[in-house]
Amino acid sequence: MSTDLECGDARIEASRDGAEALLITISGGWCITKGIPSLDHIFEAIQSSPGARRLAFHTGGLTRWDSGLLTCLKMMGEAAAQAGVEVDQSGLPEGIRKLLAIATGTAKATPPDEDPATLEFLYRLGEASIGIIEVAMDMLGFVGELSVAFVRFLGGKARFRRTDFLQLLQQCGAQALPIVTVIGLLIGVILAFVGAVQLRLFGAQAYVADLVAIATVREMGPLMTAIVMAGRSGAAFAATIGTMTVNEEVDALETSGFSSMEFLVLPRVLALTLMLPLLALYTDFMAIVGGAVVGVGAFEITLGQYVEQTRNAVPPLFFGLGLIKATLYGLLVALAGCYYGMRCGRSASAVGSVTTSAVVVGVILVIVATAITTVIYDILGV
Amino acid sequence: MKRTFSEETGDQRDQGSPMNAAGVHVAVRDLDMVYGTFVIQRDLTFDIKRGEVFAIMGGSGCGKSTLMRHLIGLKAPASGDVFINGVNFWESGKAVRDEIMKTAGVLFQGGALWSSMTLAENVGMVLEEYTGLSAGEIGEIVSLKLSLVGLEGFEGFYPSEISGGMRKRAGLARAMALDPEILYFDEPSGGLDPISSRRLDELILELRDSFGTTIVMATHELASIFAVAENSIFLDPDSKTMIASGNPRTLLKESTDPKVQAFLRRGEL
Repeated sequence: MSTDLECGDARIEASRDGAEALLITISGGWCITKGIPSLDHIFEAIQSSPGARRLAFHTGGLTRWDSGLLTCLKMMGEAAAQAGVEVDQSGLPEGIRKLLAIATGTAKATPPDEDPATLEFLYRLGEASIGIIEVAMDMLGFVGELSVAFVRFLGGKARFRRTDFLQLLQQCGAQALPIVTVIGLLIGVILAFVGAVQLRLFGAQAYVADLVAIATVREMGPLMTAIVMAGRSGAAFAATIGTMTVNEEVDALETSGFSSMEFLVLPRVLALTLMLPLLALYTDFMAIVGGAVVGVGAFEITLGQYVEQTRNAVPPLFFGLGLIKATLYGLLVALAGCYYGMRCGRSASAVGSVTTSAVVVGVILVIVATAITTVIYDILGV
Repeated sequence: MKRTFSEETGDQRDQGSPMNAAGVHVAVRDLDMVYGTFVIQRDLTFDIKRGEVFAIMGGSGCGKSTLMRHLIGLKAPASGDVFINGVNFWESGKAVRDEIMKTAGVLFQGGALWSSMTLAENVGMVLEEYTGLSAGEIGEIVSLKLSLVGLEGFEGFYPSEISGGMRKRAGLARAMALDPEILYFDEPSGGLDPISSRRLDELILELRDSFGTTIVMATHELASIFAVAENSIFLDPDSKTMIASGNPRTLLKESTDPKVQAFLRRGEL
């Protein structure tokens, strides 16, 4: 146990000892918690003493030492070696000499070559861009493999556990209802408020019902549900499959002759693709309710009026268009989650990183799909 | 001397015949293993005889597990061939490889049990998939396999509810489910106490004696190597190739390579 009396007063000095030697005097109590004295003057002395061939130590006044002194000595040894000066360790306590021998004894492992150019911004930018293309190609391959598995599924030959699939349906569907309720209500409330404030300027606040219904059913319902599910299920898929990869459970599946694509990925993709449209419908409903609350509560619309406007504003076609989008989004979110899970590295931090990628890429894919489908609907005139 | 051949393995240069020679279960020829551009090992050439207990030895990071992954179909070689029962494993399609792997069992480090299933479901899944047995019959066989590894009564437990050593034993029961011709062990003694490790060695010898199972283990556990291994290769991470092969006891007595000697003597010179 060190006491303050023992630590402190750590000192290190260099002095010439005859024409050929440099004497390093170390004294006091060296405790790493109290900091390490600066070694600059020692390094300077080593560099600037011409003719000095030997470095010797005097540790008579040394009362206490720990790994702080050990580190200093190792650094001094390296500086001496660079300057071509021999180190005489006989003045050091035996414990220090033994530890120094262990520290310098094992051959330094050469890590794989770190290209210094990787630090340059342009290089990194270029690498990242190429990386995106490679990931895109890899994902296309993944989609291809999944399609093969799906065809086998249609033929009744795909092998996965029914229990797993039913549990996934529950996780992706029923268990998502609470958050989807909140999101739905929120969308309705926000849209209604923002819309009604403007519409009121024209005395047209009754049309807020149309605004909420059309915006939600055609776009916001599927989109917001998909984003929530990316964070919820996309992340879960990536984390589960990623952890299975780290534990070699996926390898065990492959060597037992099961296709991990059929066993792990297919049920997840099917579950989310089936459930997301249903959740989107539910979101739509909740949003309309939220809009009604705002409309009736804050903008003097009667409930009857609100319901009537809503019913007239959204024909079944709009629901159909929204559900097509939702199905597509479900597929994309599940794809992103499973893809990254399967590509996971072999450490805990890798699981964290693939989970993040799954959510981010899932959201990006959904937004790109939104843009594309909106343009297509526009072209088709629906 | 780059390689030490013991008399048992004989001349391995005969192209064509060793692959089908009576008694050769797995033949590896000029295998190169890489990760991207990083070479792990190259020019690996050895035979594993039927019913033999074969050890893949070497220090940490030398490529033992990677070699095993090449033998069980998880990683394709950069170059070279693997012949299993005379069939070129990696030149054949996935369907053929899957067929060959049905006669093999793999025990991964840590067991790699499927964590969402009970022990019984873990062991039973391969039985369900590849045999026409009824659920009741499968249940009986599962209980037998679990009792062979000392886990009778644990059928309903999940992997997270049992200890690491027990998970390993359950993993072994699963690897043995279809009575494989060849068993692969990746670090079988890792995480096991000395007594469990010895019991595992005894089980390995029992499997070999009773069923004639070929056993391949990637390990650096000296006690097990000397207790059960009859043939082996030694992988060196510095020269990135195998620097010795043969019975470990023979290598201990006769090898002149300092790295091999240091390994087999646990660093004592």
